[in-house]
Amino acid sequence: MKNKMLLTGCGLLAILFGLAILVPLCSPYSYSEQNAQLQNLESCASHWFGTDKFGRDLFTRVWYGARLSLQVGLESAAFCGLAGVVLGATAGYFGGIVDTFVMRTADVVNAIPSLLYVILLTLVLGANVHGIILGICVSGWVETARIVRGEILRSKSSEFAQAAVLSGASSWRVIWHHLLPNAAGPLLVNLTFFIPKAILTEAFLSFVGVGIAAPAASLGTLILEGRRQMRLYPWQLFYPAAVLGLLVMAIHLIGVGLEKGRHLSADRA
Amino acid sequence: MAVYTLKRILTGLLSLFVLVSVAFFLTRLMPGSPFETGNSSVQVQAEIEAEYGLDQPFLVQYQMYLSNLLRGDLGMSYKKPGTSVTDVISRAFPVTCKMGGLAVLFSLGLGTICGVWQALTRQKAVRNGIFLATILGSAIPNFVWAPLLLLVFGLKLKILPVAGTGNWQNFILPVLTLAIYPTCVVTRLTRNAFSREMQKDYVVLAKAKGLGKLWIVCVHVLKNACIPVLQYMGEAAAFLLTGSFVVESVFTIPGLGREFVNSIANRDYTLILGLTVFMGAVVIGIHLLTDLLCAFLNPKVRLELSSGGE
Repeated sequence: MKNKMLLTGCGLLAILFGLAILVPLCSPYSYSEQNAQLQNLESCASHWFGTDKFGRDLFTRVWYGARLSLQVGLESAAFCGLAGVVLGATAGYFGGIVDTFVMRTADVVNAIPSLLYVILLTLVLGANVHGIILGICVSGWVETARIVRGEILRSKSSEFAQAAVLSGASSWRVIWHHLLPNAAGPLLVNLTFFIPKAILTEAFLSFVGVGIAAPAASLGTLILEGRRQMRLYPWQLFYPAAVLGLLVMAIHLIGVGLEKGRHLSADRA
Repeated sequence: MAVYTLKRILTGLLSLFVLVSVAFFLTRLMPGSPFETGNSSVQVQAEIEAEYGLDQPFLVQYQMYLSNLLRGDLGMSYKKPGTSVTDVISRAFPVTCKMGGLAVLFSLGLGTICGVWQALTRQKAVRNGIFLATILGSAIPNFVWAPLLLLVFGLKLKILPVAGTGNWQNFILPVLTLAIYPTCVVTRLTRNAFSREMQKDYVVLAKAKGLGKLWIVCVHVLKNACIPVLQYMGEAAAFLLTGSFVVESVFTIPGLGREFVNSIANRDYTLILGLTVFMGAVVIGIHLLTDLLCAFLNPKVRLELSSGGE
C-alpha cells in the first residue's frame, strides 16, 4: 500500500534521528566548549550553523538538543504508555469500583491544565530531564488509559474473549494475549501523537526558563538563546527552530499516516 | 440533564480542590526561602517569615490559605511589598482575556472556513495546501512563531508595532501568534466532522429536496459539525492561557502570562501559587461550561457519559 505521508515522516525522522545520535558523538566540538575568538560566527565550513555568543558550535548544540528532545519524547511516551495501558486495561476489564476510581481520577487530572503543575513540579524537582518527564507523565497517561479502556470494553464480551475465559485462561492472560493486541492500532497512533506533544512541552518549559539548565541545551533553550540574539544574528534562532519544527512535523506525519493506514485497512476488511 | 450537570459541577469543584492542594504543597516544597536574597540577618529574615505565617507547620498554613481563598483573598506578593495577588490579577486579567477572546474568534472564523473548504473542494491543490498549512501550524510552536513574526513584521518590514498595548495594531501580532495553533485544530475538527456529516442521509435528502448547497452547508451540516469544535474550546482555553506566557513575554504585554513568567523568575511564591490557582479555576470553569453546552445541544453526549461513568 502506498502511504506517502507515513513514508515521508519515517524518512525524515530517520535522518533527524541519525543526525541527533551521530553529530554529538562524531563532532570535533563539544556542546559546552566555549571559544572567545569565535563568537557569533555565520555559517562557514568549520561551523555549519555558525557559533553562539560564547563561541560554541551551534551545529553540535542543535543536534545535542535534538537528542535531548527525542529522549524526553520517547521516554515519556514509554512511561505514559505503560501507565496508561496498565490502568486502562485494569479499569476496562475489571470494571466496578476500580473503573470508577481510575476514570474519575482521569477526569480530575484532565480538567486541570497540565502545564501549570508541570511548571511547579520542575521548580520543586530542579531543572533536569527526569523532573520534566515525571511532570509530563502526571497527566500524560489519561488519554492512553481512556483509549485502552474503550478498546477493552468493546472486545471484552466478544466470542474469542469468552472462549479464552472458558478455556481457563487467567485474567492476565486474557488481557495480555487476547484483548490488548486488538487495542494495538489506536494505542500506536495515540503514542505517536504523544511524542511531539512531550517534545513541545519540554521546549516550552525550557523557553519559559524552568527547563533544562545550562550548559546542557535542549531545542527550547537554544530557541530562547536565539531569541535574545535575533536582531543581530537571526540564524541563531532559525536553526534550532527549524530542527524542532521538522522533528515535530516528521512524527506528526507518521501519526497521520498510521491513522490513515488503519482506516484504509479497516475499510477493506 | 440535571443529574449530569450536578455531576459535572462536582467533578469541576473536586478538580479545583485538587489543583489548589497540589499547587499549595508544591510551592511550599520549593527549595529556599523567598526572603533570603535581601541583605538581612537571619533574625530579620525569620521575623519576616513569621509575619507572612511561614513559621507555622504546613498543615496550619494550608488551612489558613484555604480559608482565605474562600473569602477571595489570595495573599500578598512576597516580592512586591503592599501588592496583593488579587490586585495583580484584576490588573492583568482583562488584557489576557481580551487577547484570548480575539484569538478564539479568529481561530473559529478562519478554522471553520478552511475546514469546510478543505472538506468540500474537489481541487487537490487546495486540499493538500490546507493540510500542509495545518501540519506546519501545529508543528511549529508559538514560542517560535512569536519571535519570527516579530522579526519579520516588526523589525524587517516595520509595518506593525513590536510591543505594548496602545492601539489596535498592537494586538495583531500577538493575537495571530496565539491563534495559529487553535486555528489548525479547528480546521482539522471541522474537516473531519464535515466529511463525516456530508455522507449522512439527511444531507442526501436535503439535496434531493433541491436545497441549495450553501443552505445545506450553513444551516444543516454546520449545526452538527460544530459539536467537536465546541468540545475543543475547553482545551483551547488552557492552551491560550499557557500560550500567553510566551506571547506576552515576547511582545511585552502586561497580562497574566507575563506576570506568571516574571513571578517564576523572581521566585515570588504567593504570586506563582495565586496565579496558578486562578488560571486553573478559569480553565476548569470554561471546561465545565463547554461540557454542559455540548450535553445540552447533543443528548447523546450526556447519555454516553452517564452510562460510561456508572
